[in-house]
Amino acid sequence: MSPEFIIASIVTIIGLTTPILLAGLGELITEKSGVLNLGVEGMMLMGAISGFVITALTFNPWLGVIGAAAGGALSSMLFAVLVLQLNSNQVATGLALSIFGTGLSSLIGVSFTGRIVPQFGSIFPDVLAKDPIWKLFFGYSPLVYFALIMVPLTAWFLKSTRAGLILRAVGENDHSAHSIGYSVTGVRYAAIAFGGAMAGIGGAYFSMVITPMWAEKMTAGRGWIALALVVFAGWRTGRLLAGAYFFGFLMWLELFAKANGFGPSLPFIQAIPSQFWAAMPYVMTVVALTLISSRGNVGASAPACLGKPFLPST
Amino acid sequence: MRIKLEKRSVPSTFMLIATPIASVLLTMLIGVIVFDAIGIDGQRAVVDIFLTPILASYKWQDVAVKAAPLIIIALGLSIGNRAQIWNIGAEGQYVLGALFAAGVGIAAGPTGGPFTLILMILAGIVGGAAWAAIPAFLKTRWDVNEILTSLMLTYVSFQVLGFLVGGPWKDPNGRNFPATAPLPESLTLPILFQGTTVHLGVAIALILPFVFWVLMSKSVFGFQIRVVGSAPHAARHGGFDAKQTIWMALLIGGGMAGLAGALEFTGSLKAINLGFPSGYGFSAIIVAFLGRLNPIGCLIAGFVLAVTYVGGQVAQTTVHIPNSTAGIFQAMMLFFILASDILIRYRVRFIPKKTANSTEAHI
Repeated sequence: MSPEFIIASIVTIIGLTTPILLAGLGELITEKSGVLNLGVEGMMLMGAISGFVITALTFNPWLGVIGAAAGGALSSMLFAVLVLQLNSNQVATGLALSIFGTGLSSLIGVSFTGRIVPQFGSIFPDVLAKDPIWKLFFGYSPLVYFALIMVPLTAWFLKSTRAGLILRAVGENDHSAHSIGYSVTGVRYAAIAFGGAMAGIGGAYFSMVITPMWAEKMTAGRGWIALALVVFAGWRTGRLLAGAYFFGFLMWLELFAKANGFGPSLPFIQAIPSQFWAAMPYVMTVVALTLISSRGNVGASAPACLGKPFLPST
Repeated sequence: MRIKLEKRSVPSTFMLIATPIASVLLTMLIGVIVFDAIGIDGQRAVVDIFLTPILASYKWQDVAVKAAPLIIIALGLSIGNRAQIWNIGAEGQYVLGALFAAGVGIAAGPTGGPFTLILMILAGIVGGAAWAAIPAFLKTRWDVNEILTSLMLTYVSFQVLGFLVGGPWKDPNGRNFPATAPLPESLTLPILFQGTTVHLGVAIALILPFVFWVLMSKSVFGFQIRVVGSAPHAARHGGFDAKQTIWMALLIGGGMAGLAGALEFTGSLKAINLGFPSGYGFSAIIVAFLGRLNPIGCLIAGFVLAVTYVGGQVAQTTVHIPNSTAGIFQAMMLFFILASDILIRYRVRFIPKKTANSTEAHI
């Protein structure tokens, strides 16, 4: 294997990982507050189209990313109002959000099909960003670095800040949090909005970074992988990062097994059908969830209030 | 004026029936407003999506054929949902049902007759139930969340399908296109009305709701499902086994989804390709909710959803909106029905502003 091949592979894996890492971090915060939002795929698509439309109108990808975050967060509010205000079933509401986001993004996208939007320039000087070796560190879209910065920030937020502590308390025991005066509903609104914004940015990675064009359903089910990722990680930030890259690696193996006959050959990988690799993230998630559920000593557990509506006794 | 919610002593039957109807009407109304706002002829779009399939008799066969799998899957899911078991992997169980049926068909060869066809349908039920047995086993053995496992397994099933139709089961005469060979005439479901696409599966979808209605309202099993869902503690005292209920709920849900997959394969599509999973398993969740988890309700709601599917295709050609736009309407119906759930158990009271103000005035 040539160094060029290895560098190209790493660049591909990082590209595959970034959207699920972004959406996964958002969903992690949402789930930590005790809310299961299955609408990730819909929110990603709403973010993808919002980011694309704003960039197409303003010719500024930075504004586009803000638009993507806003689009994702706004669509998540539909879910939040139903779930938090009207105590609707979280599973059904989340699924409805996924279907809704898929449909609405397709509809909005019709008049933007075929347009090409300006892409991010490199945030590092070309000497580094275009260098065949250094581009491994400096040659990515700003969203890649944003995702990586958000990992320690999320971990720090959850572990070391007061707000993070309240968020976890709300997710672990909503009634206690309520009785000592915290607004369970308020915290969950914020957590759902953050989840929506991050999913939106993750979706924008497809419409603004991978291709500068819009295509219907372009996130291609990655929202569901992001959802799996949070479970696979056992609701831990560090494991989420590792899991995201592991899933990214599996997705790369899938692409590689599909492209049989192109580029260098890795007989071991190509002997196994690409579908095997494509199914792996989901299979691994079921296995991880089983391990988490069957024994308490794997250092991870689902937030105790996950998916349950909060009904104050007063 | 202030709005207050008061808990009803008995759930309101009127609201139970009125809210799904109101949800459909509200969806149509909001649809007109939203579409007009984004510069599409909203009235035309809503008429085409909700009314054209009903008014144009040549669309009836499409509606019936689309309603069949939705009704059958929703019937099974309603049982689970009533027992508070959340199987959201019906799409995967539907795929496995079709694959099991195809496997039996391929093993029997092209000479099979009605007996093979019946065997294929039964294999479909077994395949769907087997796929649902995984979440059931994990849930009963280690209390693994069935929502997440059934969803994950759906995506695994797509890859199983992709592998089979692109590899061992690929049609040798299919120009390298990943699909199974079309079923021979003798292994396809009979057509009910000559010259239409309405197959035997539609009749099954019309009969099953009544079977389920009898099962749910007249049998001990139906009682057990309802008690476990609404009063788990009472169910335990009454001697109903929670694990048995989980197994039954998931196996029936999976079996019905598998049956729907086998019927769709043998009655409608006749070959399996990568486009086979078309979202019926997810839309059936909307059907179950819109039908209020009642078998007869599912029958009606299945037709409503099928109308929007067919209408979406109509609107695609008349007002040039993408096919997936029908999803916006389907999701809106579900949003409204979920939002209105609260009206069944609570009464909305409007408290005049005067009393509220008089106390505040002194502060």
